[in-house]
Amino acid sequence: MSLDEIKIGGLGASRKRVEDNRFIRGKGNYVDDVVLPGMLHMEILRSPLAHARIKSIDVSAAWQIPGVRLVLTGEMMAARNLAWMPTLSYDTQAVLATDKVRFQGQEVACVIADDPYIAKDGCEAIVVEYEPLPPIVNPMQALAPGAPLIRDDKENQKDNVVFDWQVGDKAATDAAFAKADKVSKIELHYPRSHPSPIEPCGSIADFDRSTSKLTVYMTTQAPHIIRAAVALVAELPEHMIRIISPDLGGGFGNKVPVYPGYVVSILASILLERPVKWIEDKTGNLISTGFGRDVYLKGELALRKDGKILAVRMHTDSDHGAFFSDAQPSKFKIGLMHSAFACYDIPAAHLTARGTYSNKAPGGVAYRCSFRVTEAMFFQERMVQAAADDLGMDQAEFRRVNLVRDDDFPHRTAFGFLTDSGQYAKCLDIGLEAIGYKDFQKQKEEARKRGRLLGIGISTMTEPLGAGNSREYDILGIKMFDSAELRVHMTGKAILRTGARTQGQGHETTWAQIVAHELGLPADDIVVEEGDTDTAPFGMGTYASRSTPVAGAAVAMVSRKIRAKARKIAAHLLEVSEEDVEWELGRFYVRSAPTRGVTIQDCAFAAYTNMPDGLEPGLENVSYYDPPNLTWPFACYIATVEVDPQTGVWDVLKVVAVDDCGVRINPMIVEGQIMGGLTEAYAMASMQFITFDAEGNCVGSNYLDYLLPTAWETPGFELHEVVTPCPHHPIGAKGIGECATVGGPAAFVNAVMDALKDSGVRNIDMPLLPDRVYQALTSKKDVSGAPPVKTDD
Amino acid sequence: MTSLYEEVRGDNSEEVPTRVVTVRVNGVSVSAKVEPRLLLAHFIRQGLRLTGTHVGCDSSNCGACTVLLDGQPVKSCSMFAVQADGHEVMTVEGLSSASELHPIQEGFKDEHGLQCGYCTPGMMLTAKALLDENLNPTEDEIRWALSGNLCRCTGYQNIVKAVLWAAEKMRAQAGK
Repeated sequence: MSLDEIKIGGLGASRKRVEDNRFIRGKGNYVDDVVLPGMLHMEILRSPLAHARIKSIDVSAAWQIPGVRLVLTGEMMAARNLAWMPTLSYDTQAVLATDKVRFQGQEVACVIADDPYIAKDGCEAIVVEYEPLPPIVNPMQALAPGAPLIRDDKENQKDNVVFDWQVGDKAATDAAFAKADKVSKIELHYPRSHPSPIEPCGSIADFDRSTSKLTVYMTTQAPHIIRAAVALVAELPEHMIRIISPDLGGGFGNKVPVYPGYVVSILASILLERPVKWIEDKTGNLISTGFGRDVYLKGELALRKDGKILAVRMHTDSDHGAFFSDAQPSKFKIGLMHSAFACYDIPAAHLTARGTYSNKAPGGVAYRCSFRVTEAMFFQERMVQAAADDLGMDQAEFRRVNLVRDDDFPHRTAFGFLTDSGQYAKCLDIGLEAIGYKDFQKQKEEARKRGRLLGIGISTMTEPLGAGNSREYDILGIKMFDSAELRVHMTGKAILRTGARTQGQGHETTWAQIVAHELGLPADDIVVEEGDTDTAPFGMGTYASRSTPVAGAAVAMVSRKIRAKARKIAAHLLEVSEEDVEWELGRFYVRSAPTRGVTIQDCAFAAYTNMPDGLEPGLENVSYYDPPNLTWPFACYIATVEVDPQTGVWDVLKVVAVDDCGVRINPMIVEGQIMGGLTEAYAMASMQFITFDAEGNCVGSNYLDYLLPTAWETPGFELHEVVTPCPHHPIGAKGIGECATVGGPAAFVNAVMDALKDSGVRNIDMPLLPDRVYQALTSKKDVSGAPPVKTDD
Repeated sequence: MTSLYEEVRGDNSEEVPTRVVTVRVNGVSVSAKVEPRLLLAHFIRQGLRLTGTHVGCDSSNCGACTVLLDGQPVKSCSMFAVQADGHEVMTVEGLSSASELHPIQEGFKDEHGLQCGYCTPGMMLTAKALLDENLNPTEDEIRWALSGNLCRCTGYQNIVKAVLWAAEKMRAQAGK
């Protein structure tokens, strides 16, 4: 009798999460919860100015404070060749400023003391004399003739341009535009945002002189990359570095890069030979760590009058802050921006992308997205809506005309990606049905009589998740594969470790389900461990929705290796040849006599007690998985909104999400991911952005100014699914964590724009704050979020 | 117990002014010598080693540090320990007994009301304060009650369900 897979917590079971058992008791173990004997505390003094030359730093008063153990400045870091560090994008970043400060909040000095209060006292006692320089806060200023040079530390840097990059077929695109019946143009700004996990960043460095071992507890989504980086920056032997990423209070991309606080805490521990803890405050997190977005778009679609898109042309200007420390694959300068329009059948496309420095915080991280896919899909869906409007076509019909058809796979996108599967039209139909698309026009008319404007917005997209394949995807040359190691003990219980690192995604629950599916071991019998570089196999970590596509695949593959060995043991136990052994979930049996069988647990016991001759004892293995392609989930998000033209306030009436992420390992967790993603989409569309004033002051440096939606504002969500298994993933799964964040914002913005259609307004840049909507309605003009338009500060 | 961070404090600790506070935490009375500027959140976390109370934003916006002070939710990052002198504090560690979870804890697990777990203790305590006053809240009442607690993972829908789940169980237990 085969096992009931759902009962053992296998694939498709909405298994309750095992990690919850500690979290609901307050027994999680986050970095700040770790206390080591003799531990000291570090605080960072940050620059109040966005751009200034440092004339002098006087730390003498800080040293006088009882309990202060060490004060570090850029000069002292420089003496150890640690004032600068390499970034994940082949640039350099100041650890502690030496010559200039280049953004508000930049790290200037660190004080290490007996407790964090004294360390803060120490920071306040430091006197820094600055000579202010003119700040640059957007790409337009950065590119202006005579603009001050931000990176005068770099020998060959003569301007503020980080990169100038292009992809696609310019000639074919130009030719298609020349033949177009209509050209639809739009300019958009995707404002700067911050991933803002509730837990800020932090580390505890613990250098043991007697063993030369450095242990660092760190808020990192990618502990192995950090180990490699520490080995390179601090020039310590890699086997003497142990990075432990304990429970993470959210990440969303913010906890991928290497931050100065980590580096200084490590040096301080080495100098003082005591553990040094650094826990960032919220302002430090918001003004200095990896942001998302901040991209300007000029987009054009070449259209045929029947609605067919003939070509797409995009130019982006992105603001990378003071140091190019974006976390993205080396090969692609503006991430995967060129994944735009992957769900549409378009013959030609060309993208030019220019990146610039500014006096703003560095680190364009993949904020809940695969390397700027969020901007790509937002631009795509705003361009699509504008084009449908320009043609006077129904927005759903316009999409249907251009979506890749089910029988067109594999499909080469206009920018060169290969998509492999999908049922795009089906997703769209389910979404339209669920939202009540047909009846919406009637509701719109009725609402108009009440003085309210209703709008409906659609966003359809497929995005590339699961970097990489090693041919195309690497970070600093390290190929983007991932790993899993499985040890089955003699009693049939097991421990699984992977190179990924969960931050709320529920790996401790779902990885065990994959093993259960492959081996028939009950999920409850498998413990999952991640985040310790001394024990976990090398992997690139968790971000960009890559865990299930890559590490999850490795979990399936290592389970299959275990099963292959167990089969040999089963043949030995059943006294038949291996060819005569059949498998069903949890059990091997003799083909000719199905009642004669042994369980996987029997095989595990025999692996330690009764091995066949010539077979190694034990039952454990490791898999390193290099995916053949990205996975391509598809989604259709539709929102309806009601706008009050008297105030510009808009309310969400209904949100429908149709996600096709292939086979769902744990439907409950998948739905949790989608709802979380939709909330961030709503957040960006409605309120969440980081802006800067003309002096480069960060407006949004705390939760009073940086608005995140609460339970009160956040709408409810209705979820639907379509399942098209990924053809190359071992269990047919695709990434999902970021889909709704990526595809969602355009649904909300398109809905508000639809409501405003009759007023002639074509675009309001995010976030759609009531004052922006009101301004658009009264002026009947677009509202740009780009300077010099003043924001709500 | 004595002053915090004593283990690593040098010889100069005598110069620091201190006050003695006595707080009943999760039903147990504790006294400590603390600096007047010590935040209640740090008193709970570092002093009492009850690390289920998390610090998120330092400005009373995120609610990760929420504890119940005499039954009312407060943001312990924006209160001094000395202000809690003579009061009762409940932290997440006081929600369950050794053998039994509180229905709110069960509800959060059952309805997948948490992901990273960082906001969860504060959410659950705020929910407790609500349910202590109103065992039959509407979805809107729950959303309003929780609007001082931020969650970045879940989108709140399952948190609302978790509180409804707990309310139902608590009603059943109370025979209402």
